[in-house]
Amino acid sequence: MLGFVARRLVSLLVSLAVASVVIFLFVEVVPGDPAAYMLGLNAAEDTLAALREQLGLNGTLLERYLSWVGGMMQGDFGTSYTYRTPVSEMIGERMWISLPLAVYALTLSTLIAFPAGIWAASQRGRFGDLLVMGVTQLGVAIPNFWFAMLMVLLFAINLRWFSAGGFAGWEAGFGPAVKSLTLPAIALALPQASILARVMRSSLLDSLGEDYIRTARAKGLSRRQALRRHALRNALIPVLTIIGLQFSFLLAGAIIIENVFYLPGLGRLVFQSIAARDLIVVESVVMLLVFAVILVNFLVDLAYALVDPRLRVGA
Amino acid sequence: MTFLKYATASALAVMVAGAAAAKSDITLAMQLEPPHLDPTSAAAGAIDSVLYSNVFEGLTRFASDGSIIPGLAQSWEISDDGLSYTFKLASGVMFHDGTTMDAEDVKFSLDRARAEDSANAQKALFGSIAEVVAVDAGTVKITLSAPNGSLLFNLAWGDAVIVAPESIENIKQAPVGTGAFKFDNWVQGDNITLARNPEYWGTPAKLDKVTFKFISDPTAAFAAVMAEDVDVFAGYPAPENVPQFEADARFQVIVGNTEGETILSTNNKMPPFDNVKVRAALAHAIDRQAIIDGAMFGLGTPIGTHFAPHNPDYVDLTGESAYDPEKAKALLAEAGFAEGFTTTLKLPPPSYARRGGEIIAAQLREVGIETEITNLEWAQWLEEVFKGKDYGLTIVSHTEPMDIGIYARPDYYFQYDDAEFQAMNSALEAEADLAKRSALLGQMQRKISGDYVNGYLFQLAIPTIAKAAVRGLWENAPTQANDMTGVYWAE
Repeated sequence: MLGFVARRLVSLLVSLAVASVVIFLFVEVVPGDPAAYMLGLNAAEDTLAALREQLGLNGTLLERYLSWVGGMMQGDFGTSYTYRTPVSEMIGERMWISLPLAVYALTLSTLIAFPAGIWAASQRGRFGDLLVMGVTQLGVAIPNFWFAMLMVLLFAINLRWFSAGGFAGWEAGFGPAVKSLTLPAIALALPQASILARVMRSSLLDSLGEDYIRTARAKGLSRRQALRRHALRNALIPVLTIIGLQFSFLLAGAIIIENVFYLPGLGRLVFQSIAARDLIVVESVVMLLVFAVILVNFLVDLAYALVDPRLRVGA
Repeated sequence: MTFLKYATASALAVMVAGAAAAKSDITLAMQLEPPHLDPTSAAAGAIDSVLYSNVFEGLTRFASDGSIIPGLAQSWEISDDGLSYTFKLASGVMFHDGTTMDAEDVKFSLDRARAEDSANAQKALFGSIAEVVAVDAGTVKITLSAPNGSLLFNLAWGDAVIVAPESIENIKQAPVGTGAFKFDNWVQGDNITLARNPEYWGTPAKLDKVTFKFISDPTAAFAAVMAEDVDVFAGYPAPENVPQFEADARFQVIVGNTEGETILSTNNKMPPFDNVKVRAALAHAIDRQAIIDGAMFGLGTPIGTHFAPHNPDYVDLTGESAYDPEKAKALLAEAGFAEGFTTTLKLPPPSYARRGGEIIAAQLREVGIETEITNLEWAQWLEEVFKGKDYGLTIVSHTEPMDIGIYARPDYYFQYDDAEFQAMNSALEAEADLAKRSALLGQMQRKISGDYVNGYLFQLAIPTIAKAAVRGLWENAPTQANDMTGVYWAE
């Protein structure tokens, strides 16, 4: 087990190093000058030069890369060009929206998908299966931002149960904060739950066709008992993979939903920073998201090993 | 759309029930969030939209009709040669941190703005200032290197507000000014709150608290107004919804003028646009009203030169470049382009440019000019078009007030280099007499219109959607500001 963890850790570090170079180069080659963006149409050339100097934009590419990576290793993500606040503070603030939102959406999606997938598998070919397959087909097909707008029309404009967007802030209390994340979380969870339920169903059906299930049935277990005791655990591996991918996606990919509900999350921070050429923020947030994705994959790998003992010794 | 009717009915019920208590706070939404809160070191209009006249004040200020009125300076005397201005400051003015505002603060602010290493986006406003002297605590004397008839106007800009050396270090996060509202809190990405300043030296604000909320997406903006999450949306981003709000008794719609001349900027040094006949053909090929109707849903006033139509000195020259495709074709033929030509049309993100660009492209095609449209982000636009001058045509709204002077800058992105115009501009800068200034401004407008420097399209209008009971909002926007000092709720 220890060897397995060590191997995974090395591959995690290599991925991070490669990612930092790629991100830095990609972001730095984008045309556009943050100083020009900040000073607008009437700025004089010497004012621009003075600002560029203040922002530390005049160093060579290598100097700037090293100072960025060196800073990050000490937990210093640099200072935003436009906001003039430490990037770590900005990320910290936005994280308190993006992380709970992702966890909320993932919880919803799992709570819906597991029972739905298991039910569909146990009802294979019958009404429950057809119903789940039909509804999830729709869930995968409907774009989440469109579904979000429909929910806003119904629950915010018409029924007035929720506000149309924005974030109440954690200092307003747990209830109001969770309430303002509810519609976005549902919008994010719906397609994820549909995908997850379908994966759950087919993975369960695969393991139900295995020899060991036949053996279990032969021992006298009912179909349901065999499913619960033997098939479910084996069916979890592909499901865990999908959950891992979904979590990273929810953390980084909520940009559109954050725009629909004007939530000040990480996605919108990246979006605004790209437009303003606040490169240091873009680099640091993207790096952080890459780190999160790699870390989640690392944890999923560990979870495989827990679920499937063969992986601990084999690979 | 029955749910909307239902929503309206239920909202009316809520409004009748809630009308009894006058509110003392307001939530105003706008599209863009300020990057930071120092109006003296960035061009971002959003900074002024939140802070101008609410938190920060200058020596002079813009009134809602665009005229210049006293601000922190209660009165001033101008020497006969026009070279020195002596300002008497209001007495008893305190910054929000409790320190006094006096002549030394004025000297500090102006010297900082015009310093060698200044990051002021409008440094040129202070170009004519030779020296600022604090005569005594309540008197400031500004000496100019050459007469400047625009000085009082320049000092009213948000970039010229008075700041204190004691609080300058943290100004970007915690602005300290002298205004009727104090900065209270900023939840980045979501909102900024201001609270009433009880020690204000002038007429106190009527509201206790103002929340500025930032909603960039047009669909989200619609939902926020309809769900009454916000009380006012200043600069509502989707003009197509305006009729719907007009028909809804919960709301009032205020359509005001801005200082934004929206123009089809033309690269005057790039062939074939270096030929005045080609530029004249462009001007006659454009149907302004079709652009206003198609791109702005009818909001906007046609202009024939680079000047705001609500300004008393405006000359209506739209007739000089009236829509006449036949004439445009004839002019092109005279210039040697009977077969037409192909050029680039580079469009920045705002909807006036993206929507207007498609319409202009279609109109130009009618007279034989083909355009290759490229959509650019602002940062790309600044790099390629504004700085690199690598473009044939572009559409942009010039939102700075009274900015006809940009035509005197030969290196400006449309590259209009005309000695006669530059001489007129120098004369204007040195002229303090209002009648003579007015005459000069008229000549300048005619000159650029006659030279067809750019295609003059329309003055950008700004729709504001507000709850029906909100009073005291500015109608027009002589500068980018949401002056909340006079805003209140009707009983």
